[in-house]
This record gives sequence, structure tokens and C-alpha cells, in this order.
Amino acid sequence: MSQSLNNVIRQAEQIVLGKPQQIRLALTCLLASGHLLIEDLPGVGKTTLAHVLARTLGLQFQRIQFTSDLLPADILGVSVYQRDSSEFKFHPGPIFAQMILADEINRATPKAQSALLEAMEEQQVTIESTTRALPDPFFVIATQNPSYQAGTFALPESQLDRFLMRIQMGYPDAQAERGLLSGVDRREIVAKLSPQMESSELLALQKAAREVFVSPALLDYVQAILRHTREAARYTHGLSPRAGLALLSAARAWALLDERNAVIPEDVQAVLPGVASHRLQATGEHAKQNSDALARELVEAVAIP
Amino acid sequence: MQRTLFLLNAPHPGHLPPAGEGIYAPSFTAMNKALTYGLLLSVLMVIAPHADHLPLWVSALCSALLLWRAWLTYSGDPLPKRWLLMLLTFAGTAGIFIEFRTLFGREAGVTLLMLLAALKFMELRAARDAMVLVYLACFIIITNFFYSQSIPTALYLLVTLIVIVTTWIHLQAQSIALKQRLRIAAILLMQAIPLMLILFVLFPRVEGPLWGLPQDAFASSGLDEEMSPGSLSRLSLSDAVAFRVNYADKVPLRNQMYWRGPVLWEFDGRTWTPGITTLTKTPEFTGLDQQIDYTVTLEPHNKKWLFALDMPDNVSVPATISYDFRLLNKEPVNKRLRYVARSNLVYRANLQEAAQQIKRALKLPMQFNPRAQQLAAGWRSAGKDGAEIVGIALSYFRQQGFQYTLEPPLLGVNSVDDFLFETRQGFCEHYASSFVFLMRAANVPARVVTGYLGGEFNDYGNYYIVRQSDAHAWAEVWLAGQGWVRVDPTGAIAPARLQGSLSASLPNNAALPFMARNPPQWLRDLRLNWDTLANQWNQWVLGYDSERQFAFLTRLGMESITWQKIALNMMAGVGLVIALFALFMLRHLFARERDKVQAAWLKLCRKLAKAGLPRAAHEGAQDYAARIAAARPELADAMRDLAARYGALRYGALSDERAQLEFIRLIEKFPSLI
Repeated sequence: MSQSLNNVIRQAEQIVLGKPQQIRLALTCLLASGHLLIEDLPGVGKTTLAHVLARTLGLQFQRIQFTSDLLPADILGVSVYQRDSSEFKFHPGPIFAQMILADEINRATPKAQSALLEAMEEQQVTIESTTRALPDPFFVIATQNPSYQAGTFALPESQLDRFLMRIQMGYPDAQAERGLLSGVDRREIVAKLSPQMESSELLALQKAAREVFVSPALLDYVQAILRHTREAARYTHGLSPRAGLALLSAARAWALLDERNAVIPEDVQAVLPGVASHRLQATGEHAKQNSDALARELVEAVAIP
Repeated sequence: MQRTLFLLNAPHPGHLPPAGEGIYAPSFTAMNKALTYGLLLSVLMVIAPHADHLPLWVSALCSALLLWRAWLTYSGDPLPKRWLLMLLTFAGTAGIFIEFRTLFGREAGVTLLMLLAALKFMELRAARDAMVLVYLACFIIITNFFYSQSIPTALYLLVTLIVIVTTWIHLQAQSIALKQRLRIAAILLMQAIPLMLILFVLFPRVEGPLWGLPQDAFASSGLDEEMSPGSLSRLSLSDAVAFRVNYADKVPLRNQMYWRGPVLWEFDGRTWTPGITTLTKTPEFTGLDQQIDYTVTLEPHNKKWLFALDMPDNVSVPATISYDFRLLNKEPVNKRLRYVARSNLVYRANLQEAAQQIKRALKLPMQFNPRAQQLAAGWRSAGKDGAEIVGIALSYFRQQGFQYTLEPPLLGVNSVDDFLFETRQGFCEHYASSFVFLMRAANVPARVVTGYLGGEFNDYGNYYIVRQSDAHAWAEVWLAGQGWVRVDPTGAIAPARLQGSLSASLPNNAALPFMARNPPQWLRDLRLNWDTLANQWNQWVLGYDSERQFAFLTRLGMESITWQKIALNMMAGVGLVIALFALFMLRHLFARERDKVQAAWLKLCRKLAKAGLPRAAHEGAQDYAARIAAARPELADAMRDLAARYGALRYGALSDERAQLEFIRLIEKFPSLI
């Protein structure tokens, strides 16, 4: 694995304390060319994680704070009439950046949400019948408050599916929290971070991730997982083929992070909660269950063939 | 990063081997040197046997081109310019046209092919050119069989084919080691054996030689239609097989194994020739007895005559018996011919002979050999009859100190006189010639008969081999009341020649070919075994014609055979073989999950479970190894190693048989924990 990828991880771990697993998952998502949804309470470091990743990877960064009165034009940009040249000039919105932090995405109306999500899917935006390409790599980290909080519009399943992974931050452990409390303001450190990677290098790594080998034996395992979600009574509906593809591409990226050129079942297990938890919903008595725990149960329910 | 690393062959993730892409994807990168040498060797091997009959300048040009290409490969210099190649191609083609007056037909076509194959190397740049060369080499293999179809040729070309296929595999997958390539080539060719057998047995046979042009003569050395001093002794130096004989039940005595060839009537003082006659009378045989049945497999000699024991009365091929008892085929024998014949060892031949024939049998060139004529005139004037004169002549040879030798002194114009009265050393043609001369001078009708005498018995194959070194000449005299009677004057001087081998009858046999002398017993056995093999090859491989095919298939139980039926069976057989292979390979594909690596791993898990450390069904190898390592630190290293190997073998892109065996061996070795 490239030295710079190591440096990225090390730098991020120094700032986002006590969350190595989340950092790795976020990077995995990035290497798999997918978008990341971070769901947790305000103030557990979602924004910091996004910031740190953008800085250390040397990506242009834009933050969009989603509010209930946010309009699609606030995200995509707008054409303004120029009086001196008598023409409309396009003013690109914040979406024209390599890394977008869409903060508190579920506080905006569905109309504003879908503007972002369509841009994520197509990697291009169409404004006033002109199609404009978004930069490459293009990576969206959206944060979301738990939906039981007041004033939120929960993302429907179809839109959740646009995110390759959903992770939760969780509270830091005591030791990490101590470091956090006693240390310097995180925002100051982030501002001073230096990039560890060129964006071309990131593109090469994404390509390498796509080429990690998947053996027939591993496909058997992935299919066993998919079959289980469709057959078991616990879930309202099973994982879709697209979810299967997402699982594979995330597992490939995880294997690459682990310096292997073939995927092993542990890679699948590592990414499975992140990939599956926002796509699965438990039935009946399990409905209230933490979705992460649900995914972990799934891992344990399927034997490796 | 705490997990053990495996598959470290990738220095940088950006250069990982493309997932899923096989190692067999042909690469169109610049030709590598080893591959070029392999191609050079392939083509050299396949055109080398042609050097024997190619025009010298073509052989030289081809060798020069191949050497040049080898040098360019070695030095890394660029290939010659296009205009130079054009020039060479046109010049070469023109040269071949001048040489053969055509560019078509076997000789010119093969020569052109050789030249173009060598020239193709000069534009060998990409894998595509290499592919063309491989196909070309395969095609040239066939052309070698135009010239020789013997076992050594077939074996040599089999080796050549292995070299070509090995090169071909190299072209397809440059990363495979030479030993592995050879193994794959051998496996490929072995897989082709069932197909080869089906096609060989069932492919419809065309009557006549497959590539038979009328002038397609095999170079032959054999009996000639004329005889002069030295011609037979030269022939007796040749080890080549003339024909092979299988006697059905009874075997004649050795001194009755006279295989009649050309019969010579005309003598010009030096050379005997058959002469010309307009007579088309069929011979008359009476008092036939002692029938012998036998099968002859005659090597092609480009002449019409067939060989038979005296006197034949039945033969399985459409041949006729001439007025002087020769067996004549309809056309020259230019491919190996098998025929069944019956002969009668006791006979009376042409008791009534036409006056014209008697006259021919008495004709002499009067101006030569006065002393011999004088000697014979003395016998005649003594009032002896024919049979008595024969006896006198034979006792003359016996008593006057004649010697039987392969290297007789040269004879002058009066060759018979010189031989009879001066040198007295000669080979069978000298004795036959002078005997017939004396008979004619004594007014006894006589003629020279050439052919073969005896043969070597091969007790491994239970047949007789008659070689060119068994060539012989004897005499035939016509006696009133007895017809034509065979007289062999050689028997008077060297009786051993009639009973056994040539070497035994020669005082000094240094001039004979090595094998015709007295070779050690093991060498003799080896040679006879080899000839048996060659005979089987001739009979069953080369001689497998439509007749044999029908007979063979009938014996296999096929009824009312037609071409359509054979072709249908052939296609069905080929289809069946291909289907079987496909099934085998597909089974191999599906059986991957039940592979031996997984079996070994599960065995290890059972072993650990007995020790109280069972693996959870969902637990991956690495996680399991980490858990075991925590619980039993003494096993940590071994478990991490095994887990990494298992991951690489079961989920990795490359399956290496050696690594698999090593993994299984390590698991067998894993200590028992109870």
C-alpha cells in the first residue's frame, strides 16, 4: 500500500481520537468511490472527521449546512444577469468541489435533498438545461441526526441507497475523551494540516481497489449473505443486488487498505455493518433494535462456505 | 496492519494484476528473445529434413536467414528494411521459378514454403507474426511426410511438434516456466491421442497414394533391367529392404528361394539386356507340384515386375505372367504393395518352346570371346547333349580354381575370356554371364535370370526379410523334354551362397556392409526387432488403406459399411471425445469449492475444535487465527502463517499447485493438541 495512504490514516487518528475503525471505514468508502453517511448526535466529531479527510487527502472542500429553507439553487448554483455584458453568468454553487460535507442533511426539505442526491448519483448537475460535470474524485459525506430528533425529514430508503455506507460515530471512550478535552481546539489543528496525497494518486488507488481479485469462493460467501437477508424472517426485505455490488466494492477497498490483492471473508464482515445497516430494516419485535447490531447479527448468522 | 501480509508480488497497489484477467491473455508487446529463439528452433527443426532434397542455394539461403535472425535477436539490432525483404522475396521466388520452371506442384511448392517461412522471420515483430510462424511450422510438418513416412521420421516430427507447441504456449503465456510449458505441451498432445485414433481409424481412405502424382517415385535402389560386370556386386552392398515374405504354412528350402526378377536375353559382349520381342504367348506349365503360399510386401521400386518364387500360378493383384515367367504388375510399383501369391516348386516350364525363342536363346556376339567359344565348341563337337554340357560346364567352374568375390579384377573387351581364363575371380553376375555364354556357344539355349536368393528369417516377426544384398543372378537353360531348367553356376563355386548368407560364402567380406557380415547376436536381435516394428508400421499404419479399413471395421462389428456411415461414426466419435473433455473440464470448474485446500483447512479446524478451540461457522481464517493466537500463544506464529496461506490459496487470484501441496503438508504436520 502506498506510504501516503498510511500517512493519511495516521494523521486522521491523531485528530479524531479513539475512532480508528470509523476512519478506516470512511477511507474505504472513499477508495470504493462511494458516498458516506454519518449518522449520530451533534457534537461527536462528524464534521471534524470530514474536515480531516478533506485536508489530508488534499481535496477541495465545501461545506453545505442543510436547513429547512435550503433551496436546490443554494447547492447547485445560479445564473445571474450581468448588467455590463447583458448576459447571464453562472455562479457555481458549493457542490462544485471534490469533497462535500452535507451537514445535517435530514433537516432540509426533500426537494433540496434530492438535488444533492441526484448530483451524487450522476456526478454531474444540470442547471437551466446545461449539464456541468462535477470534479473527480467527487465524494460526499453527509451527516444526519437521528431521525427521532425534532425538525427532521428522514431520508427515504431509495435515497439512503445512494450512500455506499452509513457509519455511526458513537461517544469516545474515556481516554480519548480526556485527550480531546485537554488538547488544543480541533479546528485549529485541522486548519494547519498538510495534504498527504495528490488527487491523481487517490484516483489511482480507487482504480486499484476496483481491481482487487474476488474468487468464486468469496462470491459464494457474499451470495450466502444476500440469500440469508432475503430468506430470514427478521428483515422486512432482503438486500438488493445493488447492495451486493456495494458490499463487494467496499470489501475490495477494505482489502486494499489491508494491503491484499484478494478479498477474504473478513473484509466482507468488516464492511458489512456499514454497507447493510441502512439498507436493512428489522420486522416486528426487532424493529426498535439498533441497526448496527442487526448487521452484526447478520455476520454471525451466515457461515463461511 | 496487524494482519499477516500475503501475495506480496504487487509492489504498489496501482500495479496490482487486473482482477479476473487470466494469465493467458496474449500480449502484443515486443517479441522477447527466448520466444524468438524458440520459434527459430521450431522452424529449423521442421525444415531441416528438407535440406536433403531442396536445391542447395535454397538450403543455404534459409540457413543464412535463420542465422541472421538469431544474430539480430542476440544483438538487439533492428530488423532489415522493407525494401530489402521485398527484394529477397522476389529474387528467391524467381530463383525457384527458374529452378523448377513452375511455382506449383510438390517440389516447387515445398521449396517456396521453406523460403517464405525463413523470410517471415525477418518481419517477426508482434505476437501476430509469431502466430503465423507457429501455424506455418505446423503445416510444414505435413510436407515432410511427402518424402519419408518411416518410424524415425514420425518420431522426429513428434519431437518437433512438441517443440512447436511449447513455443506456442510460450507465446500465449510468457510467464510460464519452460518445464511447465513442456508439461502442458505433452498434456495437450496426449489429449489429442483419442482424436487422432478416431480420425486414423475412421477417416475415409482415398484409393491410391494420398498425395500421389504419377511421377511421385520414391528414390529406389534395386534390381536393374540390365546386368553388366559389377552391377550386382554393387547392389549387394546395400542394406535396404527389397521385400518381406510371410509363408503361409510350408517354408521352402533355402536353395529353392529363387525370387525371379528381370530375365535377360541379349548380350552385347559386356551387358545383358532383356531385349525386345513381339511374342505375347502365355507360358505353359505342366507337372506342377509342391505348392507354397506366401504374402509379399514389396517396397516401391518404380518397376513393373513383382517377385515370386518359381513358378507362380496365382497372385492376388492383377498381374500377368510373361512368356519368360516374370510376374508383371499393371503399372510401376511406386508405393508399398502387398500381394498374396502361390508358387509351385516342382514344374515343367514350356516343354514346347517357340522356334523364335530358341533362336533368341542362342544368339551370341560372335566377334568377342574367341577362347570361350572355342572351349564350348569342343564340348559340342564331342557329341554331348544339353544336360551333359551343363554338367561339364559346372565341373569346369568347380575344378579350374574359380573364386567367389565381391571385388573382382577389371575385365577387358573380351570379358568372358578374361574371366574364364585369366582372372577367375567374380561375383554371381560373372558366373551367370559366362555360363550362359558357354551354353549358347555350345548350342544349348540359355538365358540369364536376375532376382533375389534367400533372405533373412526374422523370428520375432516370423517372416523373411529380403534385402538388396540378397540380389543374385543365375542361369536358365532349355533342355528338350525338360523345358526351362534353373542352373546356378555360383553354387558350383560357392555352395554356401545357396544355403546361407552372403558373408559365409565370401572369403574376404570386408567390403560388405557392416550388418551383412557377422554382427554380434544382440545387434542382430535388435535389428530384427526393429525390422519387425517397421514391418508392423508398414502393414498397419502406412498400409491402412480402404481395404484394410473395411476389414477392420467389419471385425469391429460394423455392418454394411458405406462412406457415409464411416464419416458419421467419425464425427460422432470426435464429438464424443470433445464432449468428454468438456465435461471433465467443467466438472473441474464446479468442483473448485470442494477443493483440497478447503478440505485441509476444515481438518485443521476439527483438530483445534477437539482441543477446545472450535471455529465459529462465520469466523474467517484470519480472525480465527487471531483468537487462537490469543488463547494459545505458542501456536500464534503457525496459525497466522496457515491462515495467511489459506487466504491466499482459497481467495487469491493465482492457484499454485506447489503452494497447495505445501499448505496441505503443513496442516498434516500441525501438532496434535490433545
